[in-house]
Amino acid sequence: MNWVAANTAQIVGLLLAHVAITIPAILLSVAVAVPLGRLAQASGRARGGILATTGILYAIPSLPLVIVIPAVFGLPLRSAATMIIALTVYGVALLARTAADAFASVPAEVAAAATATGHTSGAQFLHVELPLAMPVLIAGTRVVAMSTIGLATIGALIGIPSLGSLLTDGFQRGIAAEVATGIVLTLALAAVVDGSLWLAGRTSQPWTRVAGRARGVAA
Amino acid sequence: MNLLVETVLWLVDPIHWSGPDGIPTRLAQHVGVTLTVIAIAGVIALPIGAWMGHTRRGEATIATLVNGSRALPTLGLVTLFALWMGIGVRAPILALVILAIPSIVAGTYSGISSASRQAVEAARALGHTSWQTLTRVEAPLAMPTIGGGFQSALLQVVATATIAAYVADVGLGRYIFAGLKSRDYPEMLAGSVLTILLALLATAGAAGVGRLYRRLTTNEGNPL
Repeated sequence: MNWVAANTAQIVGLLLAHVAITIPAILLSVAVAVPLGRLAQASGRARGGILATTGILYAIPSLPLVIVIPAVFGLPLRSAATMIIALTVYGVALLARTAADAFASVPAEVAAAATATGHTSGAQFLHVELPLAMPVLIAGTRVVAMSTIGLATIGALIGIPSLGSLLTDGFQRGIAAEVATGIVLTLALAAVVDGSLWLAGRTSQPWTRVAGRARGVAA
Repeated sequence: MNLLVETVLWLVDPIHWSGPDGIPTRLAQHVGVTLTVIAIAGVIALPIGAWMGHTRRGEATIATLVNGSRALPTLGLVTLFALWMGIGVRAPILALVILAIPSIVAGTYSGISSASRQAVEAARALGHTSWQTLTRVEAPLAMPTIGGGFQSALLQVVATATIAAYVADVGLGRYIFAGLKSRDYPEMLAGSVLTILLALLATAGAAGVGRLYRRLTTNEGNPL
């Protein structure tokens, strides 16, 4: 506890650095994986190709990926961009399958009804398929957020600052309290982001609450 | 391009293929750590998952455990245990065991608990004890799902075992950390490429075993 009190400024700085890496990575993952998941509905071959590729990407170990990315993209080894790209790769790999399942579960009659009432394919995606897929997409995004926030600590091994810096610095200086602070803050940040996504899911989909209440009444 | 050439040259240099820091030794250590971790985690996680699945209790606990463990930084466990237990392979093994347990518990739980109700009740009606029902009915039905749990644990551990090299002189991760220290980027890249290849090989191998198992068991159960 003494260690925490004496180093608050440093801890807050690293927490902010952690947020600055993970939030863009989570948003980018969603922005890439959701269209991919929708694209997977086009044909069995599209689905197979997308799921096979993301499966392979997910199997790549994180530290080696962080080292290979600068060589591939011509980035400096210790840039935050490297970490954001790596985390986005895992986020997309995790979320694409969930997104594909979410869009696959939209009933065919609903899609047909939307077409019959004159929705263009763009409007159908935005106003019909996306809202119906939303609960599953949010659940998938929560999983991505948890794993992204945990994984971002790896960057500290090659010198990209984050809460992971507390782990490597604490280890090198032999301060267990510093390492413990890093672990606890990483878990706490994950819990806060997870809770916010849960709340966002509930407020953006009032009908799920109504359905829940209706079920409660029926029971 | 130059970097790529240097990495390839590093990889084919005979110096890096022998001795205590040679690729065969590091590869054997990496695989050894991975298999040790999976064995220990299996011994701990299988009974827990089987018991919870058999009694169909604790689903919420498992969901929380699996989800929470995603955010748990493995690097934090590795460094914290290394401070307690000292430099060496014990600390990363303990950290990796903790990483592997949730996947195996979850796979075992979901396999055992989703064994068909009728099959379980039929077994009871035939006079099977609870233990016999578990080992002769539920476990065989659960095998593919349990295998899936082991598969995801294996892939996580083979990938994360790279970090073990941060606190112990072990595994393919050594090249990455040695290269970081001496600013030898080709060595880091070579270590990364080797680790990635091993992980992809493990993925393909696990999928192959799964396919083989399905083919053997479907042939047995269905002579047509």
